[in-house]
Amino acid sequence: MMEKMIFGRYVPADSLIHKMDPRSKLIIIFLFVCIIFLANNWITYVLIGIYTFFLLGLSKVPAKFLYGGLKPVIWLVLLTFIMQLFFTKEGSVVFTWGPVKIYEEGIKMGVFISLRFFFLILITSLLTLTTTPIEITDGLEALLNPLKKVRFPVHEMALMMSISLRFIPTLMQETDKIMKAQTARGVEFASGPFKERIKAVIPLLIPLFVSSFKRAEELAIAMEARGYRGGEGRTKYRLLSWGAVDTIQILILVVLTVLLILFRS
Amino acid sequence: MKQPIVSLKEVSFQYDEQDRMALKSVSFDIYEGEWLAIVGHNGSGKSTMAKLLNGLQFPQQGEIVVSGTKLNEETIWEIRRKIGMVFQNPDNQFVGTTVQDDVAFGLENMGIPREEMVERVKDALKKVKMEAFLDQEPHHLSGGQKQRVAIAGVLALRPAIIILDEATSMLDPRGREEVLETVRALQDEKLLTVISITHDLEEAAKADRMIVMNKGEVYRQGIPAEIFSMEEELIQLGLDIPFSVKMGQALRLQGVNLPNRYLSEEELVTEIWTSHSKR
Repeated sequence: MMEKMIFGRYVPADSLIHKMDPRSKLIIIFLFVCIIFLANNWITYVLIGIYTFFLLGLSKVPAKFLYGGLKPVIWLVLLTFIMQLFFTKEGSVVFTWGPVKIYEEGIKMGVFISLRFFFLILITSLLTLTTTPIEITDGLEALLNPLKKVRFPVHEMALMMSISLRFIPTLMQETDKIMKAQTARGVEFASGPFKERIKAVIPLLIPLFVSSFKRAEELAIAMEARGYRGGEGRTKYRLLSWGAVDTIQILILVVLTVLLILFRS
Repeated sequence: MKQPIVSLKEVSFQYDEQDRMALKSVSFDIYEGEWLAIVGHNGSGKSTMAKLLNGLQFPQQGEIVVSGTKLNEETIWEIRRKIGMVFQNPDNQFVGTTVQDDVAFGLENMGIPREEMVERVKDALKKVKMEAFLDQEPHHLSGGQKQRVAIAGVLALRPAIIILDEATSMLDPRGREEVLETVRALQDEKLLTVISITHDLEEAAKADRMIVMNKGEVYRQGIPAEIFSMEEELIQLGLDIPFSVKMGQALRLQGVNLPNRYLSEEELVTEIWTSHSKR
């Protein structure tokens, strides 16, 4: 169940977006998050909408996975919509119901902010849906590489991330095993009052922590035995390749930015 | 006579927090191309030996020489290139997110150019018959398969020696068989010296030579047939003798005429079914 939560994210498919370099995807996401704030009228929001659906279409990711990404935040979006609706007091009154007055500007702001939310979530989930975690790690390492000059431990961070990713399923399996072992000893994880259930987590967490520390130590020894001594003089096996698609995608985003600046009010 | 590739001279070692010596002036040679099994029960010093051979710990006294180079703080990285290690827990030595990434880990550490890495990774995985699993993630592999990947990771670095530190003890019988077959095939094929540290005498029976450790000292060394002939002594040392040896013993007690003390089950079976016609 937990495994699906993290690994069910990546949807393998043969699409242009899947083939893109993780570096260009990360750059695009970063820029997109910035330029979405340029949109402030109907034309600009339509432009951003077209762009978002253009990328979604290219990715060939089935709609149900995108919906899966939206589901947890729908309530948050609704709440902000309602807040905008009731608390913006500009423009002409559209609707009156007792003391409650809904203004034109309120509806507009509510729709805009909800759209902004939706587009942001769609684009960011597109990243995790079309890029494996290890590709994201490699992309981040490459993009942050200049920070090495200011002694930021880029290689160590990337290695830590990739080792964590590698051990998540292992620790999941172990959690499952410990849970079964403790259930056999009479611990109840799924029922009972809330306080009892919190207490039941302790006999699960402690063995898990103990074994994780042991694993870490053994892994460190194994790494050392295989000649690991930090990032200096290391070569990379996984290759990142920047293709024409990546350049074109960046250019499309630049064009979008220019259009947004031209059409915003 | 073969050249010793590793030699230990009067090596002693004591852990910081213990009063007992883990190793007491141990000396022996390991020859090029042989399969040496170091056996002993828990606390006999056999695991300490593995750590010393790979420079994970340094002896307080004595010296270890690996193909002409004395092991110390300066030569340790050079020596680690010559000695590959496979550890006990298959999961805790798998660094990469996929099989090929893991095999490449050691190569990346050595700064091998990428084109060569790709070649070596493929080559090493072929040798352990795991080439079909290039992009597999570790949690989808069996213990035996993970250990074979670990062996591939060692092979890719082209060492002269491979140390198996209880490498089969967490595997099921099939996984154990897979791993040992792989190691045997590699040792036959080229001059790879195998040191297997184990408490499993079935595994040790496959070796060319055995060293029995007890209380931090070399108790006995010799070919497996010699070692297994000291049946009672082995049991007293806390070691369980292989089933086929026990079987042979029991048959002799029943008055069956078995001239040799047999090692493998296969040899025993052959001896039994031919014994009648020999008479």
